[in-house]
Amino acid sequence: MAEKLMGKNFTPQDVRAKVTGTGKYTEDFRVDGMCYVKMLNCPMPSANVTIVDTSEALAMDGVLGILTSDDVPPNPAPGFPILSNEPRQLGQPILAIAAETESIAAEALEKVKLTYEAQPFSLDPLQSLYPGGPDALTEGNFVKSRSESPVSHKWSARDFAVAGEENMPMGEPGMEWNVGDVDAAFTDAAYVIDESFVVASSTHQALEPRSTLSYWENGKCFIYGSSQSQSWMMPGLASMMQVPLSDIVYIAEFCGGGFGAKASPYPTMGIPAYMSKKINRPCMLRITRAEEYHIGGSRPGFQGQLKVGFDKAGKVTAIDCYIVQSNGPNNGSGDYSAAAGALALVYTPTNMRFRGMPVFTNKPYIISQRGPGQNQIACIMEPFMDRAAKQLGIDRIMIREINAPDHDVVFSNRKSTVTSSYLRDALIMGSEKFNWKEKIKLSGKRNGTKVIGIGVGQAYHSAGSNGFDGLVTIRPDGKLYIHSGVGNLGTYSYASASRIAAETLGCSWENTVIERGDSRRGLPWVLAQFGSNTTFTTTRTNFAAANAAKDKLKEIAAMDLGGTAEDYEVDNETVFLKSDPAKVMTFAQAATRAIELGGVYDGHEYPDDLHDVTKAAMAHVQGVGLVGVSKDKMPKEGSVPALATGYAMIEVDTETGKYEILEYTSTVDCGTVMHPQSLDQQIRGGGVMGMGMASTDRMVYDPQNGLCATVGLYQTKAPSILDVPSTMDVGAVDKPDPQSPAGVKGVGEPVMGCAAAAILSAIADATGTNFNRTPVDPDMIVNAMAGRPQSYKPLQVNI
Amino acid sequence: MKDMMPNFNLVQPSDVESAANILAEAGENGWAMAGGQDSLDWFKDRIKRPTTVVDLSGIEALTGIREMADGGVEIGAMTTLTDVENNAVIKEKFGLLASAEARVASPQIRNKGTLGGNISQDARCWYYRSGIDCYRAGGTTCYADTPEGMNREHCLFGASRCVAVSPSDTAIALTSLDASMVIQNSSGETVVAAADYFIGPAIDIENMTILKPGDILTAIRIPATWAGADFYFEKIADRNTWDFALVNIATAMKMNGNIIEDIRITCGAVECVPKRLNVVEDIVRGSERNEDTANLGAGAAARGAVPLNYNHFKIPLMENLVRKALRG
Repeated sequence: MAEKLMGKNFTPQDVRAKVTGTGKYTEDFRVDGMCYVKMLNCPMPSANVTIVDTSEALAMDGVLGILTSDDVPPNPAPGFPILSNEPRQLGQPILAIAAETESIAAEALEKVKLTYEAQPFSLDPLQSLYPGGPDALTEGNFVKSRSESPVSHKWSARDFAVAGEENMPMGEPGMEWNVGDVDAAFTDAAYVIDESFVVASSTHQALEPRSTLSYWENGKCFIYGSSQSQSWMMPGLASMMQVPLSDIVYIAEFCGGGFGAKASPYPTMGIPAYMSKKINRPCMLRITRAEEYHIGGSRPGFQGQLKVGFDKAGKVTAIDCYIVQSNGPNNGSGDYSAAAGALALVYTPTNMRFRGMPVFTNKPYIISQRGPGQNQIACIMEPFMDRAAKQLGIDRIMIREINAPDHDVVFSNRKSTVTSSYLRDALIMGSEKFNWKEKIKLSGKRNGTKVIGIGVGQAYHSAGSNGFDGLVTIRPDGKLYIHSGVGNLGTYSYASASRIAAETLGCSWENTVIERGDSRRGLPWVLAQFGSNTTFTTTRTNFAAANAAKDKLKEIAAMDLGGTAEDYEVDNETVFLKSDPAKVMTFAQAATRAIELGGVYDGHEYPDDLHDVTKAAMAHVQGVGLVGVSKDKMPKEGSVPALATGYAMIEVDTETGKYEILEYTSTVDCGTVMHPQSLDQQIRGGGVMGMGMASTDRMVYDPQNGLCATVGLYQTKAPSILDVPSTMDVGAVDKPDPQSPAGVKGVGEPVMGCAAAAILSAIADATGTNFNRTPVDPDMIVNAMAGRPQSYKPLQVNI
Repeated sequence: MKDMMPNFNLVQPSDVESAANILAEAGENGWAMAGGQDSLDWFKDRIKRPTTVVDLSGIEALTGIREMADGGVEIGAMTTLTDVENNAVIKEKFGLLASAEARVASPQIRNKGTLGGNISQDARCWYYRSGIDCYRAGGTTCYADTPEGMNREHCLFGASRCVAVSPSDTAIALTSLDASMVIQNSSGETVVAAADYFIGPAIDIENMTILKPGDILTAIRIPATWAGADFYFEKIADRNTWDFALVNIATAMKMNGNIIEDIRITCGAVECVPKRLNVVEDIVRGSERNEDTANLGAGAAARGAVPLNYNHFKIPLMENLVRKALRG
């Protein structure tokens, strides 16, 4: 490939709008006749609600209507209904009122008379698993599979008694797998660590709350939402609104962050949509910051036991991991299982046992967050690696190199493989950039009350998929239009992954337009913009579509200029005869001919293996020019591993528990670097989020009343600019992944986990304390340094 | 419901007398608003619901920093935190206050927030702020001081049904500088010492200051007593900006050579009011400023502390901050 575009910096088309403030987010839209909707949210963690009297509210001037659970489809437990009279988490929407203004709607909500019958609730999975402990749902606290109903799952009192307070009780798990002979491997191990741990739940904290505008026009349901994804939203919205796919119009041009929580349709989208249907007015539901903390989803916390055995050379010979995952009142995500996969890949244990137990709680509903599962376990396992290195007299980088996976790794019970793995290269590159050999000499160095800590962290995420559709059009204006169905969560990967189409078709970036953000623009079916998959997945779909267009360009040229399609080449926005470049058609000419020819050339005919969303999109592009559309049928085998390493030097004030991150370096294996500037920003941004995960990012609940202490940005304490280093040194191995046509892999997830792990590793190095939890707040460090007991129990959560 | 402000009458007077009269007329339903950084949160969360809000920002006489004949300064209560922080006289004579101002909240909040508002802000206990019926809100229980209460940020001293702490960074600096507060209402003007301005739950469980409905804090006066003294300010918070103190400390010392001739030490976020550490002051006054003195003072700093479930870290933190301040 000529690579005129790939690997180069550029300015994505939406940057200017974001910087100048002209970009329109959901709340910026206004529609004729628009009214406002406000929700009544449950003020307690679990209740059975009776709506007693709404007459006073509905009689108010300006009030237009009410929506209750009777007006929306049910979603039985453990689903998360749009509205419910049996809310099972704090802040869950019960009903909504529409009014001419938000102020009137808010006043009207205060006039609705309801009774709340408080239900038993659970905020701590271990408490729920104890005999007689509360179940979060009426039906139980556990579901074996998504197709089954919840059941009440309890461990024996003996399970708890045997474990004591320090260790995890380990009753019957919900999931279990074994590879090799773990017990024998521990017997033979030179060094074994076996300790309990806690990783806190955390909210996603997207800057833009998830507001929705909706109205109905000519039988179609228009929804303006804040989402990471675009085409992925369509089937879910059609299902939620109980209409055919073709009757959904979805607009989401800008998204103020999602971090996983806006990947798919979310229940509150249905509130203005059903309200609009009921009162026949466009309805805007603006979500407040506090509401976002309740209904915006959260990362599941872990309580667990991790036992790791090493041989004297530092090889991980055995891992035995038990994770209890704190779900909300919904199905949750597979973080616990993904964590096991991460342990199996990053540390390549020759023997491994994993047990997992997801438990419903009455905390905010669970949805994947950046590096789901993998980032949580990195926070615990990486300090374990440091302890083994110190115990066995091995350099802390070297012990990671010893265990790093190669390209031919086979891991976990699934005998999974990878498309490529350059973790060891990233470790070598990163430790050199960080100057590890010199920095490690500063470990423990004291300056008055301050002490230096050196840390290193690694993280992984499976970041790529296949089998989705690509669509491009070349139009009579001579321009290439790349139809991006992936969405735009803010990383600009939609744009950089589009450039392969321009590259393949020899089109300048100036003459390339990306169509996106509105399903009426003809947007094909691709995977959601989550899990760092966009770079790998849509590079392939755009490549497939561009090649389909290329074939048609050659066929049209051969028809008009003679010869066969194989005699032609495409470049410089033309298709020309290889043997006589003077025989040439411009893109504009070819597009005009495609329209004249019709059929497969202008999109009136298309392959039958396209997804229904893509087929629906074709109606919007038929006849606009030459249409290249194709499903990605290129071979793909194995996980696409995004791998990242981080290195930190911190200075801890032993008197205050505060530390300064003096230096941070991060290097990644993301395949070939596709967009250098964007990569740098991903590594730095993920690094900052990871620094928050390690230190102050909090989700605090009162166990007695089920109230949440952290419903504002100043309470959840995402790191500020003054809490992170002003510069971060970043780099990439930059070696191609063989299963991507551009050699690329996404890496947005593990850059967070490696940073969190590196900071925790550095804290342990400086303080000599194994906290075995995240976040580690200043109060914990103060207590540790003062030789005082911590105020929490080893497996306590929600602090 | 949060983040949805109800309607109220907004009055924007241009002189203090008018403001005082309007507030007197409104009584319990009136609300004096300074920079709005605390008030607007209360309104948006529909917890405090005054019918008349008097916006003091248009009263020119309430802003500015004036040097007084005795060498002290008078700071208009509506002077922004940024303006106080950057004032040359404050920096030269009362650097302790400038240091404290620089650590309040975030630059954006300091640009809007006022010194008067900062020292008069309400308790930041998250239970109280969530709008539940705790003692401070007129109810009959404290949710933070229970066997399971989440009280990491709460008090070590002076609990009296309520265990909230003084959240202000500038209040401890002003206490150590022997400042006094000028209060005006429709009846006239009174001046009270900082020690009397801030009140604990044993005196009035629903108010953090002596201000009553109808009162307007017009100015803060700092006498010359501590001008140019040796100052130390430190705030420990989870984050380095936009956060409230876990513990903060403000000290002023008059040195004679290396001897501590006189001293003021005040800690915040450990009691409902700024906590003067008179005992520590007595211990170290007249002593050489060195590690031994620092350790002696630190050892007495948290004496009498009654920690709750999650805040006993404040004991070593307080001791360490006193040690750091005395060590210099």
